[in-house]
Amino acid sequence: MGKVTGLTGNEAIAYAVKQCNVDVVAAYPITPQTIMVEVISEYVYNGEIDAEYVCVESEHSALSACIGASLTGARVFTATASQGLALMHEILYVASGLRCPIVMGVANRALSAPLNIHGDHSDMMGSRDCGWIQIYAESPQEAYDWIIQAFKIAEDHRVLLPVSVNIDGFILSHSMERVEILEDGDVSKFLPPRKPFITIDPTKPITVGALCLPDYYFEVKFQQIQALKESFNVIREVNAEYETLAERKYGFLETYAMDDAEAAIICLGSTAGTAKAVAMDLRSKGKKVGVIKPWVYRPFPEEELIKAVGDVKAIAVLDRACSFGAPFNALCSDIIATLYRHGKDLRVFNCLYGLGGRDITPNDLKIIFEEALEVAKTGKVKEYVKYVGVRE
Amino acid sequence: MVRLQDLPVEELFTSGHRLCAGCGAGTVMRMTMKALRGPTVVVNATGCVEVASTIYPYTSWKVSWVHIAFENAAAVASGIEAAYKVLRRKGLWDKYVDVIAIAGDGGTFDIGIQALSGALERGHDFLYICYDNEAYMNTGIQRSGATPHGAATTTSPAGRKIPGKPEFKKDLIGICVAHGIEYAATASPAYWNDYITKVRKALEVDGPAVIHVFAPCPTGMRFDPSKSIEVARLAVQTRYWPVYEVERGKYKLNIKVPQPKPLLEFLKMQGRFTHLFQPEAQRELEALQMWVEENWKRIATLCGEKT
Amino acid sequence: MSEKKLGWKSLSIGGYLLEPGSAMKYKTGDWRAFKPVIDQKKCINCLLCWIYCPDSAIIRLEKYVEVNYDYCKGCGICANECPVKCITMVEEER
Repeated sequence: MGKVTGLTGNEAIAYAVKQCNVDVVAAYPITPQTIMVEVISEYVYNGEIDAEYVCVESEHSALSACIGASLTGARVFTATASQGLALMHEILYVASGLRCPIVMGVANRALSAPLNIHGDHSDMMGSRDCGWIQIYAESPQEAYDWIIQAFKIAEDHRVLLPVSVNIDGFILSHSMERVEILEDGDVSKFLPPRKPFITIDPTKPITVGALCLPDYYFEVKFQQIQALKESFNVIREVNAEYETLAERKYGFLETYAMDDAEAAIICLGSTAGTAKAVAMDLRSKGKKVGVIKPWVYRPFPEEELIKAVGDVKAIAVLDRACSFGAPFNALCSDIIATLYRHGKDLRVFNCLYGLGGRDITPNDLKIIFEEALEVAKTGKVKEYVKYVGVRE
Repeated sequence: MVRLQDLPVEELFTSGHRLCAGCGAGTVMRMTMKALRGPTVVVNATGCVEVASTIYPYTSWKVSWVHIAFENAAAVASGIEAAYKVLRRKGLWDKYVDVIAIAGDGGTFDIGIQALSGALERGHDFLYICYDNEAYMNTGIQRSGATPHGAATTTSPAGRKIPGKPEFKKDLIGICVAHGIEYAATASPAYWNDYITKVRKALEVDGPAVIHVFAPCPTGMRFDPSKSIEVARLAVQTRYWPVYEVERGKYKLNIKVPQPKPLLEFLKMQGRFTHLFQPEAQRELEALQMWVEENWKRIATLCGEKT
Repeated sequence: MSEKKLGWKSLSIGGYLLEPGSAMKYKTGDWRAFKPVIDQKKCINCLLCWIYCPDSAIIRLEKYVEVNYDYCKGCGICANECPVKCITMVEEER
């Protein structure tokens, strides 16, 4: 076992990256991710890790440089948030399309306009179909643990896809919490140096990024679809192996008090922590509520979700990013689609909350739980999409 | 001094690419590959050369070749260079790798200038080659920051009100030199010896180097495909395309043109300038001539030549 | 050209092309409207046509050069640049 220390989400990710013995980090600073790259720079400049820190001139170039580096066989990390992730958008698809196992830390933040530096999920949700494995952490501890697992998942030859590990901007990125860190040697054993599947080794020349016309493009994309499917097994294996090492259990999602629950909240990231506390409080008053927190958002864990939902009669899905003009916001759409596909006929409503870092309070969550219980009882949804706390 | 007989017979940029007949960029690519000194990775920005040389499942490249996007060849090259550096340091890789980024004028002057500037400032050890056909030829001849004044393109057409591109060509080498890089040069494929020598010299540089090479385009500049090299030669002999290099800030004129041919000879060969010979475009023609003259004087002065 | 198109299982990962220079399998010779014909007696083997050809369609031999008609697109740069004018462009008969 390792030691216990106090780290912010940003620091926890940086520390994990250091222990993962990365070769190249190319990143551009942006609030609230900045400290992540500052700490990594310190490690490099102090000689605590032997890596190249490419201090690029934009996020677009950050990910571009990461792809170049990844193609040589190097272990590569980048980090961003918000506008930076949006600027990377074009290249996100290239990273997954070219099967580069890059790991990226994202300190989720609202997108302009209006300009706002605080936490919501608009950035990553805007890129949710980019072919990356997408993980949302609830705490600095989870962020630390997932980064280490992310490299192993990404670099597995059955996967070879980039992974983003998301932490809520400020709420996680800047809050110091208790984090148990592993011994360097244990991390190295868990995550040996990368063994690339194929590289651009110039002594065995290959062509990467060719022009695929309608006669081949679809097949190449289908390989990506398959790789994401294949990643289910790999994630499971990696979680299991990590559990024996760290004695912390991970999976596609976490359930809390779901056993006999009648109503549940499903949400991503730090909000789950508050939701669990509120659920505990309501449980003590005899109200049967629970929480489901997906860790892995892409690939979407359908089977695990169905299992977790069990006999719940009503679900409130909390989204922290708006899918403008859509019937439901992103997470909720995925959940409804999953329930439909598996013949689950239960009531679902969607709560859009916390945009631009607006707090979601225990009382807000209590009201949502109460409404979910009401829906469970009556079988009727009053309002399919609610906007939590927005003023008239 | 390069002798053609001594250049490698092997083609690292092979036949079977789909560049237009008479494509100057095709010739530039072949010459570039003949100048290599060892293991090399080419990063190619989106553009004519990229799309025409790697149409799946075929590739014309016999070096490792990477294409990511339009605007980021220099950034991708940065990542590759940095990665090989650290892998060598860690004993995970044992060879020195030359990294060459290749982009057209669109991918360099316009959309890629930020990535190029960043990579030059960071000092990565790589060679950046801009093959300049003076417009977005790949997408059908749209004007770029490299298109000369007066030239007709599909987004700067020879209109009744505005006869061709009103703006003037950017000074790419000036921009690159301002980053304090060790080596920058212009070239023309007509002068193969000069170009190949420069690629070799640039590869030797420990840090970033930039070569800006003219790439005659029969399709977009509108001339007979057989005239590609002739156009590339005339560009130099009319002083339209000064061929010079800048080593550690010191300019040197490589091809002196003591008795320049009339610029009109160069312009008249190309359909993109035809409209300039109408009386109503007289001012534009004069402005272009003036620019060529001033540009030459500026470069010659920097090179310490008498003008 | 008819080549059997592979499915996703057989294609290399990520659309990578693993065979360097495979474009040689794609013959561009049928683009040609005019073909260069070299008078080898007049050829001085200066190799200018060889270095200027955008399609690597000039073959270097010991004393003179030859055209590789599989790839020559008939641009005519070789004929235009030949210092001894030993290359003539002749209309293709098809």
